[in-house]
Amino acid sequence: MTRLPRWADLVLTPLISLALAFAISALVILAIGQSPWMALKTMVTGALGSSYGWGYTLYYATNFVFTGLAVAVAYHAGLFNIGGEGQAALGGLGVALVCLALPWPHWALALPAAMIGGAAFGALWALIPAWLQAKRGSHIVITTIMFNFIAAATLNYVLVNLMRPVGSMDPATARFPAGTVLPRLTDMAAAVGIEWGKATPANVSFLVALAACGLVWALIWRSRLGYEIRAFGKSERAARYAGIPPARITIVAMLISGGLAGLMAINNVMGESGRLVLNSVEGAGFIGIAVALMGRNHPLGILLAALLFGFLYQGGGELALFTAIPRELIVVIQALVILFTGALDNMVRMLIAPLFARRGTP
Amino acid sequence: MDYATVLQILDSAMRLTAPLLLACLAGLWSERAGVFDIGLEGKMLIAAFAAAAVAAVTGSVWVGLAAGIGASLALAAVHALASITFRGNQLISGVAINFLASGLTVLLGQSWFGLGGRTPSLEGAARAAPITLPGAEGVRGVPVIGPLYADVLSGHTPLVYLALALVPATWWVLFRTRFGLRLRAVGENPASVDTAGVSVVRLRWAAVLIAGVLCGLAGAYLATGLSAGFVKEMTAGRGYIALAALIFANWRPWRALGATFLFGLMEAVANRFPSLDLGPVTVPSMFMTALPYILTVIILAGFIGRATPPRAGGEPYVKER
Amino acid sequence: MGLTATAAAGAPAAAPFAIELRGISKAFGPVQANRDIALAVPRGTIHGIVGENGAGKSTLMSILYGFYRPDAGTILIDGRAVAIRDSQAAIRAGIGMVFQHFKLVPNFTVLENVILGAEDGALLAPSLSRARSELRRLAAEYRLDVDPDAVVGDLSVGHQQRVEILKALHRHARVLILDEPTGVLTPAEADHLFRILRGLREQGTTVVLITHKLREIMEITDNVSVMRRGEMVATRPTAATTPESLAELMVGRKVLLRVDKAPARPGPPVLELSGLRMVDADGVERLRGIDLTVRAGEILGVAGVSGNGQTQLMEILGGYAEPGATVTGRAALKGAALPLAGADAAQRRRAGIGNIPEDRQAEGLVMDFAAWENMVFGHHRDPEYQSGPVMDHAAIRARTARLMAQFDVRPPLGDLAARNFSGGNQQKIVVAREIEENPALLLVGQPTRGVDIGAIEFIHRRLIELRDAGCAILLVSVELDEIMALSDRIAVMFDGRIMGERMPDAATAGELGLMMAGAAAS
Repeated sequence: MTRLPRWADLVLTPLISLALAFAISALVILAIGQSPWMALKTMVTGALGSSYGWGYTLYYATNFVFTGLAVAVAYHAGLFNIGGEGQAALGGLGVALVCLALPWPHWALALPAAMIGGAAFGALWALIPAWLQAKRGSHIVITTIMFNFIAAATLNYVLVNLMRPVGSMDPATARFPAGTVLPRLTDMAAAVGIEWGKATPANVSFLVALAACGLVWALIWRSRLGYEIRAFGKSERAARYAGIPPARITIVAMLISGGLAGLMAINNVMGESGRLVLNSVEGAGFIGIAVALMGRNHPLGILLAALLFGFLYQGGGELALFTAIPRELIVVIQALVILFTGALDNMVRMLIAPLFARRGTP
Repeated sequence: MDYATVLQILDSAMRLTAPLLLACLAGLWSERAGVFDIGLEGKMLIAAFAAAAVAAVTGSVWVGLAAGIGASLALAAVHALASITFRGNQLISGVAINFLASGLTVLLGQSWFGLGGRTPSLEGAARAAPITLPGAEGVRGVPVIGPLYADVLSGHTPLVYLALALVPATWWVLFRTRFGLRLRAVGENPASVDTAGVSVVRLRWAAVLIAGVLCGLAGAYLATGLSAGFVKEMTAGRGYIALAALIFANWRPWRALGATFLFGLMEAVANRFPSLDLGPVTVPSMFMTALPYILTVIILAGFIGRATPPRAGGEPYVKER
Repeated sequence: MGLTATAAAGAPAAAPFAIELRGISKAFGPVQANRDIALAVPRGTIHGIVGENGAGKSTLMSILYGFYRPDAGTILIDGRAVAIRDSQAAIRAGIGMVFQHFKLVPNFTVLENVILGAEDGALLAPSLSRARSELRRLAAEYRLDVDPDAVVGDLSVGHQQRVEILKALHRHARVLILDEPTGVLTPAEADHLFRILRGLREQGTTVVLITHKLREIMEITDNVSVMRRGEMVATRPTAATTPESLAELMVGRKVLLRVDKAPARPGPPVLELSGLRMVDADGVERLRGIDLTVRAGEILGVAGVSGNGQTQLMEILGGYAEPGATVTGRAALKGAALPLAGADAAQRRRAGIGNIPEDRQAEGLVMDFAAWENMVFGHHRDPEYQSGPVMDHAAIRARTARLMAQFDVRPPLGDLAARNFSGGNQQKIVVAREIEENPALLLVGQPTRGVDIGAIEFIHRRLIELRDAGCAILLVSVELDEIMALSDRIAVMFDGRIMGERMPDAATAGELGLMMAGAAAS
C-alpha cells in the first residue's frame, strides 16, 4: 500500500476526499440544471452569513460531534458501530423519561440527570450487540444495523401506546416541564451583552459536546483504558498476549460508544424540541460515520468535520428554501464523503502519492 | 380466519417475497464471492427510482426495467471499484452506497418531476402486467387446491416468476458449474484461485455485478410491479431484511427462498392485521415489523442454528509474498 | 543415475535443464531482493535451495510462479525462453508450486480442490469424474493416497500437503517447487513426503526444494544452491558438500554454532509443572501430561517439530491459553501454586513471568504502535507508568530511550512505529522490554526466527547474561542448533509429551532427532 507522510494521511487525504465529494456533487447539480456556484453561495450565506445561520450550524454540529465520537471510540477498538442511529434514539427515550419523571426546578439539575439517562439508554442499546460480539462472535455491523430497526419499532410502540398524552393524536411525549429548558447560546450571549443567534436552537449542549471531545481525547490517547482499546483494535492476539481482555474491551468500548450516541439527545430532544417525537435523530447517527471517517477518528478532526456537516445541514435547508435544489443534496455529499474517506481512501492516497514520491519518501 | 383470507395473505406474501428474494439472491452472489454487501438497500432504491422514472417517461415497463438494472449496476460498479479494485472497506462502501441512493433518488426525482421525490403514477404499459398461469380459470373450481393455484400462484407479474426461477438457477450455477466452483472458492480462500492462475479480481467483479443485476430486478419490481411508481425511501429497509434473510438462509439458495418467504409472509400478516389479536395478548404491528430483525439477531447469536459466512468475506484480497 | 539419464535423453540434447535462470534481478523499492541470479536445474533431479530468511528464495520462486515480474533476466524452461506473466503462464510452462501456507479451500472436497482452476469445461461433472480416475492412478503410482471425497478441512496437515501435490500433478507439472514443506510436518510425515518426492524423480519430474534445514538438503537433494542477500552464491552437488560448508556459505562467514558461556549454576526450582494437560476448543488433546522443572540460573531448551504442543505450553504459562480450552495439572512458581485455568496474562506478569512470544509481529508487538508505546506493552498497568488517572508518557519515553540505547535498537527513534523496524530490531524491542522487568522466569519462543545474524548473537548473549543473573529461562525453538547452543538442559517434545531430557554435551543431533520423531528415550 502506498505510504504517505503522517500529516498527509491525516490532513491531505480527508481534504482531497472532500474536494472530490464536492466536485461530484457540483456535477450532480449541473446535471439537474442548477448552478453549483449559486448553491455554494446560498449555503454559505445561509449557514455562515448570519448569526442565525451559525446558530443552526452549531446546533446540528453538536449532534454530529456526539455521534462522530461514538463511531470513533468503537472504531479505535476495531468495531464498526453502525448503530448510532438507534442508540441516539434510545438515548432520546432516556432523556425523555428523566425529564418527565420529576418537576425539575432548574435546568442545571435536570441536565446532568438527563445526560445520565440518555447515555445509559444509549449504552444499554449498544450492550446487546457488544455482548453478542464479545461472547458469541456475532458480527457487530449486522447486529447494530438490526438494532437500528428494532429501536425504531420500539420507539414507535412506546410513543404510540405508552407515552402519548391522552387525547393526543401525535406520536410524541408530553412537553417536558419548564425546569428542563436548556439555556440557548443566544441567551448566554445576551447575558454578556452580545446579540447573537436569535431564535436558533443552539444550546448549552454544544459546550457539553466540546467537553466530550476533550474527554474522549484524554480517554483514547492518555488513559490506560484508551491504550488498551487501541491495542485491542489493532491486534486482538497481541491484546491477549498483553493481558488485555478482549471481551471486556469490546463491551466497554461499545458502552462508551453507545453512551456518547445517547448523549446526543440532550441537544435535539431536551435542548431543541422539548419533547420526544418520532424519528428525532433524523439520520444524525449515520452522519456520525461520515464525521468520524472525515475526522480520522480524532476528536479535533471530529469537531471540525461536525462543523462542516453542521454547515452542510443548515446550508442544505437553505438550499431547499431558496433554490430548486432539494436538501437531499447533503445526503449525496455525505455519501460521497463516506465513500472517499472510508472506502476509496486507497484510491485517494494513490492520487496524491506521486506528489511525495518525487521528493523521495523516508 | 376463513380460507379466503388465508389465500389473500398468501397471495400478498408472494408479492412481498419477490423483491426480498431477488435482493437476497443478490447478496448471496456477492457474499459467496467474499464481498460483503450491505448496499442492497441502496441498489434496490436507485433501481426502483430509475425504473419508475424511465417507465413514466417512455411508457414502457421494459425500458424502465432496463434502466433500473443499469442504475443498480452503476452502484454495484462503485462498490466493486472501492472494495475489490482499491481494496477498501466493504462495509463502509455499502453504507455510502445506501446514502448515495437515498440522496440521489430524491434529488433527481424532485428536479425532474417536482413531486416531492415521487415519480408520476404508472399506468398501462408502464406497469408490469400480471400473467395468468395456464389453466388457472379452469381449476378455480377445484376445492382447496384450485383457488390456491388460481389466486396465489397465478396472476403475478413476470418478475415474481423470474425470482422463483432464479433460485434453482443460482443453485445450479454455483454448485454445478466451473464458474460457480471458482466463485465459491474465491469467497472461501481467494489464494486458492489466484495460485491456480485465475483472476480473483475478475471473479469478484463478476459476482458483484450479478448482484447489481438482481438488485436492479428487485427495485424495478418494487416500483413497477408491487407499486405503481416510485416514492421516497420506498425500499423501507427491504435491503436489510434481505440481508437478514441471507444470514437466516446460511448463504444457501433454497433456504433463501424459505427465509424470504417467511419474512414476506410476516409482512403480509402485519399488513392484513395491523395489531394481531391472539386472544389473551395483542401483538402490536411494530413487533411484526421488527420481527425479522429480532429473528436475525437470535440466529446471529447462535442460539438457533449457526450462521457461518463465507470465510474470506469482507477481506480485500492481497497477494501474499 | 540411470533414471536421470533416461529422462534427459527424452528431451532435446541441447536442453538438459528443466529450469534455467539467467541474470534474474528484482528490486522492491530500495531493497534488491534478487540480484543477477543464475540457476540451472537438471531435469529429473531434486534440487535444494537454501538461504537465511530474507535471502531472496521466496522472491525467486514467486518470480518463477508468475507472482512477480523480474526487472531483468531470462527464464528458460526446457531450454526455451518463456515469459511468465502470471500463474497461468507458469502452470502452462509445467511448473507446479506447493506453498508453505496451503492454498486450499477448506470446505471443498479433495476432488473439488484438485480441479479448481483446471476444469475441463463449463460444467463440473465431467471434470470431477476424470479427476477421480486420475487421482486413483496417481495414488497408486506415487503413494499419494487421499480420499477424493474427504473435505479438505478435515484432513491432517500431511494429507493436505498431498492434495497440493496432487493439484500440481493434475495440472501436468513437470517441475514441482516446494517451499519449506516440512516445517509443518511430523518426522514420519516428512519421511513419507520424501518417499513421494523420490518417486516423482524416478518418473522424471524435477523437484525444487526450498528449505533452511540442512539435514533435509543432505538427505534428499542431488544438487544444492545457496542464496545470500539476494544473490546466488554457490551451486554444488550435494554429495560434494557438508552442512558446515553450506552454513558458512549461507551466512558468509564461519558460523559460531557454539555460544560462549560459563557452565550454569542452577539454583532452586523456579517453575515446576506436573501432569499438565490441555484439550483445545475442538476437543483435541494438545498437551498430554507435561512434567518439567526449570531452575534459577539455567536455560531449559524444549526441542521439537513445531505443532507438537510447544505453542500451547507457552501460551498457558504466559496466561493466554486459547479460549475454550480445558487446562488441568499442577504448576508452581517459586514454590507457590500457579493457577493454570482462568489465569490472564497480566496476572502472570505480576507473578514475575516474562514472555518473549513466538510470533512477535502478531503477539509481542502492536505493529502500528510507536516503539515507546510498545516498550511497556503488557506492563502498561505498572504503577510506575501511571500519573493520576492517565498514563505517564514522560516516564515511558524515558525508559524507551534508555532501553533503545542499551539494546542497540536501530534506529533509536521512540516515535517510529514498530512495523518500520527490521525483524531483528523489532525482536530487540521485545527482548529489552521483557528482560528489563527482571522476571523470575522468562518464556522465550523462537527468539531468533527471521532475525539477522548480528542480532541473533546479541540476543543470545543477553539471554545468557540473564541466566547468569539467576533468571530461569524456558526456551522453545524449532532450530535444533539454537537449542544445542543455548540450553543447559534439553527436553524434547513430541505430540504433547516430553519424550525425555538430555544434557547438551551428552546429546547428539541424531539422537534428539529420533526423539523429536517420537522415538522413546532410551
